[in-house]
Amino acid sequence: MTRSKGLVLDVEGLRMRYGAHDVLHDVTFQARHGEVVALLGPNGAGKTTTIEILEGFRVRSRGRVSVLGTDPAHGDERWRARLGIVLQSWRDHGKWRVREFLAHLGTYYAPYATPGIPRPWDADELIERVGLSGHAGKKLKTLSGGQRRRLDVAIGLVGRPELLFLDEPTTGFDPQARSGFHELVRDLAAARRTTILLTTHDLDEAEKLADRILVLNGGRIVADGTAAELARRIAGEDEVRWTYDGRRHVERTPDSTAFARELFARHGDGVRELEVHRASLEQTYLALVREAEGAAG
Amino acid sequence: MNATVLRAGWSRGVIELRQSFTNGAELVSHVLWPALMVATLFFVRDLPVGGLLLGALALPGILGMNAATGLISMSQQLTADREDGTLLRAKATPHGMPAYLIGKVISVSGGLLADLAIFLVPAVLLVEGLRIGPDSWPGLAWVLALGLVATLPLGAVLGSVFTTARAQGLVQLPFLALVGISGIFYPITSLPEWLQGIAQLFPLYWMGLGMRAALLPDAAAAVEIGQSWRHLETAGVLAAWAVLGLLLAPVVLRRMARRESGSTVAARRERALRRVG
Repeated sequence: MTRSKGLVLDVEGLRMRYGAHDVLHDVTFQARHGEVVALLGPNGAGKTTTIEILEGFRVRSRGRVSVLGTDPAHGDERWRARLGIVLQSWRDHGKWRVREFLAHLGTYYAPYATPGIPRPWDADELIERVGLSGHAGKKLKTLSGGQRRRLDVAIGLVGRPELLFLDEPTTGFDPQARSGFHELVRDLAAARRTTILLTTHDLDEAEKLADRILVLNGGRIVADGTAAELARRIAGEDEVRWTYDGRRHVERTPDSTAFARELFARHGDGVRELEVHRASLEQTYLALVREAEGAAG
Repeated sequence: MNATVLRAGWSRGVIELRQSFTNGAELVSHVLWPALMVATLFFVRDLPVGGLLLGALALPGILGMNAATGLISMSQQLTADREDGTLLRAKATPHGMPAYLIGKVISVSGGLLADLAIFLVPAVLLVEGLRIGPDSWPGLAWVLALGLVATLPLGAVLGSVFTTARAQGLVQLPFLALVGISGIFYPITSLPEWLQGIAQLFPLYWMGLGMRAALLPDAAAAVEIGQSWRHLETAGVLAAWAVLGLLLAPVVLRRMARRESGSTVAARRERALRRVG
């Protein structure tokens, strides 16, 4: 199999085994340059293990992995300079101040600047970009949870990474911070310079941000496609609600249009308060996870 | 190693040093220990020991002991930085690990030198019987420098071996025991010989002896083992520990760093939270 040039992530037959227990069975997926890919899955599905292998923090048991054209198990500092990593919970460098810390970390990336990619990202500009302008002089340990998270994202971006890992980036965000963060990710994606792999529990977030969604369950990729493709793949059942004769009815059906036509043909104008709910990504996702668990069990 | 790494390490060290002197709690700890030692000297300064005054005898010993506490700070900071993810951050940054270590050596030894000065200046004014001349400083400098090279890498090794701040506390007990048998506050020759033998295996005794050699009149060597300052032996033992530490530290640190990942930091954090809860 030849590796095409535009691939930023190329994972084939990835397996991770701890003792006699397989955490990842056979993970295969790709990400193209500039793509935003969401890795979705229940707790314990292997999301964090997968992402740690890609980050070069964990050595895999088997399989082929290429991240920015390099095997992460042998990635050098030049390779590392092209990655941005936002983990689930950072609480390091509590005594440092926001601006001081970002500016300091930026100096590590300066030698890796290229004509196309100026490194690092200017600290003040970045602070403003993530909405921390009023907190630039604060110590890290005095930031609120949401502020700290935004700083973590800024730190992940300070080297202008070509590939950014976001591990559950919006956990603990209020709705405003969340939408601000979504805007930031969309801007990054629009510039088409940064490929983003994000893990999330939040389906709505995955649907909003990702070009493609991978569903990881029980150590396998059980689905890979756009949100619409996933919804189509599983025979999603729409929900139809109506009242007739003063009584409420709820019915699930794969073809809501035909169902409604039938309903009117039978009851005519007696049908009131008709509502049709399309199969949501959430239902698709739950169906996928159930299906995979059924297959495993 | 390139210039960027050295610069980044240097600026880390300077920033951390500044933080430790501009933060109330740490400032207190910088002053408290030297102040306690000065107070101790004040009360024992006129006790006679074998023709000398205990104040003069103990001052260099305390200086040597304080210098050796760099080992403790190094290992504590390494453990703490591992627990809160500072090390993982270094690992995620290009050349972050070497810069982290350079910074740590600068901030720990810088803080230590400041602490030594905070103790030495008032103590010298208080104590009689020292012999401080132009040749005292080179003597003090080489013992201090070699002593730091002998103890800081060891501290890094211990900091890598112990995974939690709590287990770290165990390092302090043997250190305190060594202080008790290393002739810091009282001549080692008053101890049984087997204890003297144990004390002479470790850097602490030699750092104290080297400091006494630099700051006391030659006649004071009378209360030492072999009635001599034993410069060669001092250099030899400290150099041996330095070589051991410098050989061991990179291996142990690399092994420890390899195992750091987001989930190991998270798991440690959860354990810590459970302990508190």
